[in-house]
Amino acid sequence: MAKSRFDKLIKNAAGRYVPRVVNGSARIPFKGIDGHRPTGRMASPPVRSYLDYPANGNKVVKSLTEALKKAGLRDGMTISTHHHLRNGDALTNVLFDTIKRMEVKNIRWFPSASFPCHEYLIKYLEDRTIHHIEGSMNGPLGRYASEGKMKGVGILRSHGGRYRAVQDGDVHIDIAVIAAPSADPFGNANGVMGKSACGPLGFALADSEYADRVIVVTDTLVDFPCVPWHIQGNNVDFVVEVPTLGDPEKIVSGTTQLTKSPDRLLIADYVARFVDESGIMKDGFSFQAGAGGINLAFLLYLKEEMKKRGIKARFIRGGSTQYLVEMLEEGLTDFILDGQAFDIEGVRSLYANPRHVNTSPFTSYNPHGKGNFASMIDAVVLGATEVDVNFNANVVTHSDGILLHGIGGWQDCLFGKCVILAIPSFRDRVPIIVDEVTTLCGPGEMIDVVITERGIAINPLRRDLIEKLSRSTLPLRKIEDIQRDVFELCGGEPEKPNVSKENVIAIVDWVDGTVLDSIYPVR
Amino acid sequence: MQIAITRRNGIRIDLRSKVEALYGMSIRILITEVLSGLGIPNADIVIDDSGAVPFVIVARVETAARRAVPELKASYLLPPSTHNKADKRDRLRRTRLYLPGNEPHFFLNAGLHKPDSLILDLEDGVPHSEKDAARILVRNALRQLDFGDSERMVRINQLPVGLEDLKAIVPHGVETILVPKCESAANVVRIEREITSIVEQHNIRQKIHLLPIIESALGVVHAFEIATASEWICGLAIGLEDYTADLGVERTKTGIESMYARSVIVNTAKAAGIQALDSVFSDVGDDVGLRQSVLEARAIGFEGKGCIHPRQIGIVHEAFAPTDTEVEHAQRVIEASEEAKRIGSGVISLGSKMIDAPVVKRAQRVLLLAKRK
Repeated sequence: MAKSRFDKLIKNAAGRYVPRVVNGSARIPFKGIDGHRPTGRMASPPVRSYLDYPANGNKVVKSLTEALKKAGLRDGMTISTHHHLRNGDALTNVLFDTIKRMEVKNIRWFPSASFPCHEYLIKYLEDRTIHHIEGSMNGPLGRYASEGKMKGVGILRSHGGRYRAVQDGDVHIDIAVIAAPSADPFGNANGVMGKSACGPLGFALADSEYADRVIVVTDTLVDFPCVPWHIQGNNVDFVVEVPTLGDPEKIVSGTTQLTKSPDRLLIADYVARFVDESGIMKDGFSFQAGAGGINLAFLLYLKEEMKKRGIKARFIRGGSTQYLVEMLEEGLTDFILDGQAFDIEGVRSLYANPRHVNTSPFTSYNPHGKGNFASMIDAVVLGATEVDVNFNANVVTHSDGILLHGIGGWQDCLFGKCVILAIPSFRDRVPIIVDEVTTLCGPGEMIDVVITERGIAINPLRRDLIEKLSRSTLPLRKIEDIQRDVFELCGGEPEKPNVSKENVIAIVDWVDGTVLDSIYPVR
Repeated sequence: MQIAITRRNGIRIDLRSKVEALYGMSIRILITEVLSGLGIPNADIVIDDSGAVPFVIVARVETAARRAVPELKASYLLPPSTHNKADKRDRLRRTRLYLPGNEPHFFLNAGLHKPDSLILDLEDGVPHSEKDAARILVRNALRQLDFGDSERMVRINQLPVGLEDLKAIVPHGVETILVPKCESAANVVRIEREITSIVEQHNIRQKIHLLPIIESALGVVHAFEIATASEWICGLAIGLEDYTADLGVERTKTGIESMYARSVIVNTAKAAGIQALDSVFSDVGDDVGLRQSVLEARAIGFEGKGCIHPRQIGIVHEAFAPTDTEVEHAQRVIEASEEAKRIGSGVISLGSKMIDAPVVKRAQRVLLLAKRK
C-alpha cells in the first residue's frame, strides 16, 4: 500500500480525523462551532489605477483566449467560476478547452459549485490541466474524486465558507471568469436579463471583488449601462462576448415540479404543522426553504395555513421559485431575499418586483461579515443524505462513502433559529438515520428537529420545543425509535462503507475555515 | 430476476445492486437461504436490484424459482409480523386505499398515511402475467410489514383463480377479503367454504370478514341475497368503472347514471345491517371534486370511499367528519345515556325527548368519527 500523503491525521473537536496539511498548506482542525476567531486583516486585491483602463469604458476583447492571455494566465493559477447557470453551464467547459489549447497546466479550479454537465472536465483532471477542484463536486466529478483519481485534495466549503476563504486569503483567486447573462462593455453585469437569464449572480461577488483579474463573459452584450449591475464594472478587467453561455432549459426550469410522492407530501405536511404548532408561524416571522420536492410542498401547506389564519411573513429567503413568488404577490410575505432563482417565475419577479431582493453570500452567510441574515431566520428547512442518532448530519457523501453532493448554503443555514431536516427515513432501502454519519458536515447541536414520514424527532437539547409540542397530535418520537423501525424494514443495519482511511480525497471545511471532516477513497 | 436450475456447482449469484456496498453480502446470504428453503441446491441466478427490501427479494426469488420449476411445492415463509392486530367487523372504513399487488414499493409506507383500510390488490391492478408474483409479494407483505391501524384487505381474483389466491394469503394475517364482480350468493358461499377449510387446516382463530363488490347490473339486482349470504360480510361496496361499462354508459362526475345502483347498495346494506361503501374517485388531481363526491355519498348513506392515492385520504376523512353541531348533540346523547345508566333507569331522556338504543349507537359513531378526523 502506498504511503499516506498525510503524515498523520489528527482528531478534531468533533472527534473526526482530519489532515493537518492539505495541498501543501497547513490547516487548523475544527475547534467547536464558535471555537475559531481569526484575527489580522482581510486579504485584498492589488491596487488598481484608472490609467490602465480605457477612458471610454470599453473593455471588450475579441476572445476568451485573448482575455486569459492579457490576464496573465500561467501554470498553477487559481481560476474561479460560479454555478448560477447550474446544469446548463457551457462556459466552464469551453474555458478549460481554451486553457488546454493554451497549454497551461495544474490549474486549481475554484467553482462555487459543479454540476453533472462538468463531467466533461474529467479529461482535464486526467491530463493535469486541472490539478484539483476546491468547490462542491456534484455527481460524476465527486465519483471521480471518490475513486481516488484526483491529483490534489478537494476542499468542500459552504457558500459562506467560500466567501470567507477568499477574504482570509485561504484561496487567492488569480483569475475570475464570470458568466453573465447580460453585460455592458464596461463590465457591469446581471443575471436577470438576456437569453441565458439565471437570476442573481451573488456567488460571483467575492470573486469580482478579490480576484487579481476579472473576466466577464456574456452572450448578451448591451450598451452601457447594464442595469441592475449585480457585478460592478469597476471590478472588471475584460469583457468577452460569446454566442452562448449554455442551455437555457437547463439554466432555469420552465416550471418547478411539485412532488407526487405521497411520502414526501406527508413529510411536507408534518413540517408545515411543526412550524405552526411550535409557534414559529406568527405575524412577522421569517423562513427559508429550498426548491427540493419536500420544500415546495411544504410551502403550499404553510401558505394555506397562513391564509386561513391571516398570518404574514416579514421575509422569506430564496432560492426562489414560482411558489415563493406567488406568496409575495398574494401579500403573504413583505419580501423575498433571494440568493438564486430556480425557475422562470423567480427570474422574472427578481427583475420586476422591488420587494424581491437580490442578495449574496456576503449578506447572508459571511463569517467575516458584521453579522449575517442566516442567524436571524426563524425557521429553515433543509435536507441531508444522512443524519445520526446524535443529530449530526451529512450532505456530501452517501452511506456507501461516495462523494456526490456539495455543501451549498447548508452549513450557513444551520445558524438559523430553528433548523429542520426534512428527509425520508430511507431511500432505495438505504436507512437515512445512522449510528454515525459517514461524513460530518453539520454538528448535531445545530440541528433542532428531524422530520421523516415515520415521525418527528426533536433534538433533546431543544427542551423548549419539546415542551411546546407536548400536547401536539404530531407523531413525535425518539430518533432511535425511528431508526429501529427503518432497520427492521430494510433488513438490518447496512455494512460500513469500504473506504481506505490511509488517504484523504477531500476535506469538509467548517464555515470558519477549520477542518471538520475527511472524505476517503472508496475501494 | 432469472433463475436457471443447474445440475451441480451449487448456488451461483450474479448480482447487480444499487445497494451492493451496503447490503450486497446480506442479499447473497438471503437468496441462498431462500433457495435452500425451497429445496433448490443448484442454480444460476441473475439479479438486477434497485434497492428492494428483504421481503420483496424473497418473493422475487420464490416467484422465479416457481417459474423455473413449476412442480415446486414448498414456500419460503418469513417470520410473521408482531405488529398487526385484527379489528372488529364494524370498524370504521371511511377510506380503503388500493395498492397494486405487484408494486411492493407502494406497500412500504402505506400504513403511515392512515387509511382505515388498505387493499392489497391481486385483481385488476395486476397484469395477468404477474398474478403469480403478486400473490407471493402480498403474502410476504402481510407477514412482514407494519400496516399500523389500517385494516388489511386483499382483493382476490374472480373464481376460480381467486381460490388459489385464498390458499396463498388466508393463513398470513389478512383481515378482510374483497370479492370482486360479485353477482350471486353462491359466489360468496363458495368463498366462505374455501376460507373455512383453509382456516381449519391452519388452525387460525382470527375471524375473516368478506366485502363483496357489486360491479354489474345483475349484481345490483341480487344485492340483498349477496349481502345476507354470509355472517362474515362486513359491508357492500360498489365498483362503478365496471358497472357503467356493464350498462354501456359513460361514468360522469355527477354520477347520475349510477344513482339507482348506489341507492340500491345503500338501502340493501342498511337492511342487512352492514356498511355501504362507495366506489373510488379517479381524478387524483381534483381535490374539490373528491370532497364534493364524498359529501354526496355521505348524504345518501355511504360510509366509505375507495382511494387510489394516499393524498385522497385526508380529504375523505375530513368530508366524513361530523359537523360541530352533530358532535355536540352526540355528546349530549352519550351524557344522557351515562346518566341513565348511573341512576339505573332503563329510559334515556334528553330534554323532553326519549332516546332509544340506535340513537345512542349512532352518537358513539359520530364521536368516533370526530376523534379520528
